[in-house]
Amino acid sequence: MPEPAAFAAGQRVRVRAADPDGHTRAPRYVRGHTGRVVESQGRWPLADDRATGAAEPRVETVYTVAFPARELWGEGTHEVTVDLWESYLEQAAEERA
Amino acid sequence: MSGEHASSTVAVRVRRLEERLVAAGVVGDDQLDAILTKLLNGASPVNGARVTARAWTDPGFKERLLADANTALPELGLSMTGGIQEQRLKVVENTTEVHNVLVCTLCSCYPIGLLGPSPSWYKSEAYRSRVVRDPRSVLAEFGLELPDDVTVTVWDSSAESRYMVLPRRPDGTDGLGEEELARLVTREGLIGTAAV
Repeated sequence: MPEPAAFAAGQRVRVRAADPDGHTRAPRYVRGHTGRVVESQGRWPLADDRATGAAEPRVETVYTVAFPARELWGEGTHEVTVDLWESYLEQAAEERA
Repeated sequence: MSGEHASSTVAVRVRRLEERLVAAGVVGDDQLDAILTKLLNGASPVNGARVTARAWTDPGFKERLLADANTALPELGLSMTGGIQEQRLKVVENTTEVHNVLVCTLCSCYPIGLLGPSPSWYKSEAYRSRVVRDPRSVLAEFGLELPDDVTVTVWDSSAESRYMVLPRRPDGTDGLGEEELARLVTREGLIGTAAV
């Protein structure tokens, strides 16, 4: 399990591409894609664990992560922000200047 | 994604689920009624409109609202504690540069306490799948044409946060008081599918 608040605002993160067997709240359209952390929303019980009825669900930091439309769809000028639990995310390489 | 939320089918499923839960002794009718009453009593877009009008007329409140909406809401006698656990509220401000619009692509998360029950289109697969991909076209279908230089941000509430859009105060409303301003605000303005 990742350490608390592993990511900071402004940091680039990639949504893990894994497709879990059970319930998850990582929308499919952001999996495998890279975005930027907007802010931390504090720590919340992991939806994947709560869905199994686990007595003690893991509690993780949830992040607001912004994705440029081009990253998600290959086109568009808008931005989509998604709320993602820490274990859905991994560190991504910083963009080259 | 689950399919269309036809309310009649959902109502039947909810009733069956309630019966099973009550029969199994997991929850009592009285408990269910108490939770629903607490959640739905006073749940109305009038609340979101009051918050908006206060933010338009009180810069200090607006600053507190945008920084931490949960601690600002009690100033108007409101809170996000109506459900099973307190939900985090994030208010996102429309400006001349940015227009915000809300969606829940996974299901139908929505700030019921501030906006009332959600419109049926909010739960439709068409809205949920299209607004993240091509928000400008979707907004245009709602009659909202945005200038090209305005950036659109779509907020997909996929976890425990709920969102509310703070619309821009319309021009020519300088003479209006807080109550009159609140009457200008629509549910669609608070979702972001209308200007105000």
